Amino acid sequence: MGETPLRQRAIITVASKPVMPPYIKLRHDAGRNRWLILAPERLFDPDEIAVEILKLCDGERSVGEIVEVLAKEYNAPREEIEADIIAMMQDLADKGVVKA
Amino acid sequence: MNQTAPTGTHVKESTVTMDAGEMRCDASPSDTSAPDPSCVVRAPIGLLAELTHRCPLQCPYCSNPLELEKVNTELSTEDWQSVMRQAAQLGILQVHLSGGEPTARRDLEEIITTAAECGLYTNLITAAVLLKRDRLEKLKECGLDHVQISIQDIDTAAENADRIGGYKGGSAKKKEVAGWVRELGMPLTINAPIHRHNIHNVEAIINYAVELGAGRVEIAHVQYYAWALKNRAALMPTREAFMDAARIVERERERLKGVIVIDAVVPDYYAKYPKPCMGGWGKGIINVTPSGRVLPCHAAESITHLQFDNVRDRPLADIWIKGDAFNKYRGTEWMKEPCRTCPRREIDYGGCRCQAFALTGDAANTDPACSLSPLHAEWAKVADVESHQGSPDFVYRRPGGATRKPAPEKTPEPSSV
Repeated sequence: MGETPLRQRAIITVASKPVMPPYIKLRHDAGRNRWLILAPERLFDPDEIAVEILKLCDGERSVGEIVEVLAKEYNAPREEIEADIIAMMQDLADKGVVKA
Repeated sequence: MNQTAPTGTHVKESTVTMDAGEMRCDASPSDTSAPDPSCVVRAPIGLLAELTHRCPLQCPYCSNPLELEKVNTELSTEDWQSVMRQAAQLGILQVHLSGGEPTARRDLEEIITTAAECGLYTNLITAAVLLKRDRLEKLKECGLDHVQISIQDIDTAAENADRIGGYKGGSAKKKEVAGWVRELGMPLTINAPIHRHNIHNVEAIINYAVELGAGRVEIAHVQYYAWALKNRAALMPTREAFMDAARIVERERERLKGVIVIDAVVPDYYAKYPKPCMGGWGKGIINVTPSGRVLPCHAAESITHLQFDNVRDRPLADIWIKGDAFNKYRGTEWMKEPCRTCPRREIDYGGCRCQAFALTGDAANTDPACSLSPLHAEWAKVADVESHQGSPDFVYRRPGGATRKPAPEKTPEPSSV
């Protein structure tokens, strides 16, 4: 026992192309009027911005491209948006919500 | 167009965990503000569907009641399909298909199909030993989202694992099924109930879960209710062993960040405060037994004065909102001191009602797991004393087993389902 792990932690960069695996489900909950992420024995409660970002995560767009989309939409410095998205994606990747 | 720029945390996390010993629901679905002290009844988010009490394994810490429900009292396929539809209408998001061993039901395919059609996230909590590859594939096609497999020890300690589960060849079979789960591209959780017969292997168990390709592993210290309470002297680890295990979990969690999520359930005998059992009574989780009784928690039937409704007689939503058993300990109004004025009353809800009832005779008392309970010191000492004595033989979980003499310490032959 004590072997090294077979898998590696995914480190999110602007080049990463994150995507939610099929068993992670972004769903609108009409009864509670909010978006939810359903995951194995977990629930995630994304805010409006997270939902927007996750909808852009199709496994083809890079984090850099997602930053571009949001930079056009929001009146905020690009670097700020980039740092924010990378932090969010890293957190979600660590929890298995996105693969990159 | 949105005006606010992205900042800070955008995704909040909640757990809806169910394992052999405990259920937690830390989710607070509709409130982002402070908890509502008047406890408006909210929709539950998780359904624990105990499809059957039949199980080929005989784990001495099983969370099923000592009086196991018989096969001829089980709900029909149509009953369970109705439960799934009602659950979705009630606002439930996730269904945990459990048991006993849920794959012992031949109609699992139909139940999962209905659950998935209703939009429920489906989680199969299985001992895995009855599964064949083509059936697993079929379950996936029916819409199964996630598989949780319990293990008793690591594969290189298969003999110990099979002795604990009371099923020869179980360890090897579980490994095989875990491989199929991953081959089929399904997410896998390994649930490892921890006690004095495997606590020395916690690090190896985590590594084994990584090797099996699990995305999550639950280091689930046994919770001492039902069969586990019966076997407490045989299962309770020492405080020292528990502390070592806790340190290992912390270290491995850091080392394996992004590789595997490690969830740990603490044994409350060694905790300072009780756990928020069920995330609050009648707050987030609803439990349906094989015969259709609707419980606020899988151990609730041990509180002998509670009356439980049945899905055969009354709609699920009606039971959740108006059922006596659900309203009895919902919120904080029922509390006595020291809970009533405790600043933690909305955090842990005074702990476990079943444990309070079993040990004090009144389910509205503070759970002795809480250091503020007058019975706490005496209660905690039991764990210290028992864990330092030799382990008695297991009382294996089998129909009628609770009243029999302990079984000899060898692996019994697998029983038929």
